[in-house]
Amino acid sequence: MTAESVDQAVTADVAAWRAAVLRAVERGGRFAGLFGTDVRGDVRLTALVAAADIQPYDVMLPAAMTEYPALTPDLPAAAWYERELHDLFGVHPAGHPRLDPLVLPLQTGAVDRPRPGSPSPVSGLTPSDRTVPSLVVGAGVFTIPHGPVRSGVFESIEYLVETPGENVLHPQIRVHAKHRGLEKRFEGMTTDDAVLLAERVEGIASVAHALAFAHAVERVAGVEPPPAAAAIRVLLAELERVANHLDVALRLAEAAALAVAMSRLGWHKERVLRLQSRLSGSRFARGIVVPGGVSRLPGIAAADIRVALDRLEPAIAADERELMLTSSFLDRLRTTGVIGPSLAARHGALGPIGRASGVGEDARVTRPYDGYGILDQPTPPVLVEGDAMARLRVRWTEVHAAFTLARAAIDVLVSADEVLRRDVGRPDGRGIGWAEAPQGEVLYAVDLIDGVLTRCKPRSASFHNLVLFHDTFDTEILTDFPFIEASFGLSVAGVVL
Amino acid sequence: MPWVLRGLRNGVLTTRYPRRADAYEQEFAGAVGVSDAPSVPELTALCPSGAIGQTDLGRVSVDRGRCVLCGRCVAARPDVFSWVVGAETARLARGALVVPPLAEDDRAIEEVRGQLAERVRAFGRSVHIRHLDAGSDGAEEWEVAALVNPVYDVHRLGIFFTASPRHADVLLVTGAGAHGMIEPLTRTLEAMARPVVVIAAGTDAISGGLVSPSYATSGGICTLLPVGVPVDVYVSGSPPSPFSLLHAILLALGKMPDGRGPAAKQP
Repeated sequence: MTAESVDQAVTADVAAWRAAVLRAVERGGRFAGLFGTDVRGDVRLTALVAAADIQPYDVMLPAAMTEYPALTPDLPAAAWYERELHDLFGVHPAGHPRLDPLVLPLQTGAVDRPRPGSPSPVSGLTPSDRTVPSLVVGAGVFTIPHGPVRSGVFESIEYLVETPGENVLHPQIRVHAKHRGLEKRFEGMTTDDAVLLAERVEGIASVAHALAFAHAVERVAGVEPPPAAAAIRVLLAELERVANHLDVALRLAEAAALAVAMSRLGWHKERVLRLQSRLSGSRFARGIVVPGGVSRLPGIAAADIRVALDRLEPAIAADERELMLTSSFLDRLRTTGVIGPSLAARHGALGPIGRASGVGEDARVTRPYDGYGILDQPTPPVLVEGDAMARLRVRWTEVHAAFTLARAAIDVLVSADEVLRRDVGRPDGRGIGWAEAPQGEVLYAVDLIDGVLTRCKPRSASFHNLVLFHDTFDTEILTDFPFIEASFGLSVAGVVL
Repeated sequence: MPWVLRGLRNGVLTTRYPRRADAYEQEFAGAVGVSDAPSVPELTALCPSGAIGQTDLGRVSVDRGRCVLCGRCVAARPDVFSWVVGAETARLARGALVVPPLAEDDRAIEEVRGQLAERVRAFGRSVHIRHLDAGSDGAEEWEVAALVNPVYDVHRLGIFFTASPRHADVLLVTGAGAHGMIEPLTRTLEAMARPVVVIAAGTDAISGGLVSPSYATSGGICTLLPVGVPVDVYVSGSPPSPFSLLHAILLALGKMPDGRGPAAKQP
């Protein structure tokens, strides 16, 4: 074949790939991600569409071809994915409406890109603020930078708020400051080491990330975790959910300056983390989930866990009731930061944000894993109001469901045999794993050769959902900002790896 | 009104630490200890983050500044490695995080302690802390924020968190040292009055932990700091628990009660 005919063949491939992805979404699939992989200098693009399974759609872009027709014009949910792809690979999605740097702004003309998947090491890269646009245009409009060093104990992120003084017209979200280069870091790791790194991708959802990673490896190896391990996984994951949802309620109470509520919720959260540390030796339950199962039994007896849960739940419920009757608090949440059902559905909003806006998907129910398939699961709550209030109500319902699930998991655990781990060996191949983090669905796509990672792409719910933050400002003013941010309950570490 | 009564419902929840021992502080496995054994490659290979090394004499050592507390070495070789309970993991020198300790470390640490005491004298009885995230995984922020919950309530010790670097005496830095945070970190330090105390909070902040080496981080925050601003306190943990962070702050201020400082706890 001549060079020209190769080009034509590739162009046809890319067009077919693009059409296939759009068709899958039109037929009711949910767009769940897009990422690249360097394969000997070429770039393999993988789009993920969630239906009954998470289906990958691949196409190869040869090294000479640095441009492809962007998905974003037809699939707005791909906007951030294509910006990230551009940052990491230098691939240009032609027709993208706003291809500003997202995770790694480099000097104009920079040739070195991390290109995850390529075996060659990347030397130090330093993000440059100067390539991120900061100009705003409009009568009387100016910007207020919130961050990257925030007022309080927050992760580093910058919201450049465009405002004429009171209303928020548009928040520019700049996440790049704490980019850690984790995707490259995974490469060359064994699965046992990589699961520890997965726990540190989004530290407040350590269990969910470890689970999604372990599931991906287990799928490649064709191994199921033993029942006792599955039960322990559910127990830890549900406690993690309780701690995260309490943290959201705590931050909302903080935004409303409810000092006593803050103290009470902070105390409950501390109790959950202490229970987690008694079970696992780590306040974030790290080091327990391993590919093939879990590394050890809970550190305290089943009866003691039950006692702890029975004490915690009513204590939390009492403060929840009081909080949800405090009108000065609720007034700040109602109709604040609305995400309409049509936007949520079009974007495929994940987790509590989706469930508060009519998108009911929950990976524990739609694609059950570990113990969730056999446990009697409460129906996930689905509301349609889409405001900060609805998001909080969804979280409270999930807190109670988490206690129910945790108790059911203990019942399974006491009757299961003592096998905690099955051998995953040194698997070869590609796999996609998922788990429902407190923030929503987490995905891991892994490529393994002889049990060693050549590519690992974590896709957190935080990354997928944060872009919706742009759309929550309608008549909202500056003082609504902390409420909307807290109601999202996301972690920046999971957004910019 | 209901909230006022609710605030009284459970009495005092606050720990008496550091004046009195705290049961949870002492049940928490905050570090890995090592017994005397020859260093062999099998032992070194156990560690995913390169924390297991060897001393000058060829004995096995553990660098707690690199340890992410995964427990793999303790599970595989309980004859050599063990959990050390207690959350007092902060040290005044990077070298003091390595066990077994070197003999000459003690004198060097005394010197550091003296210099630090000189500096913190200016703070008086209250101290304001500015937190800064330089590439954390997010869990560190939870643990730092926990210090103001009623269980730890650091306000009782005259410790406050402040939004403005202009009001801050102590800079508490978390995270693996993301390059994108170099400029914000420099600007924050420039805005702070002198003297200033810097705490590297967590294994990631000390060495990068599992995140390093990577193209976007510097293997901890030490090399991110401007010339002339050293790290004063190193606190290990992945993430460090609130008690560890509190220990670090009190150690920096010279407020650990006698006999319960790091010297007494060295294994």
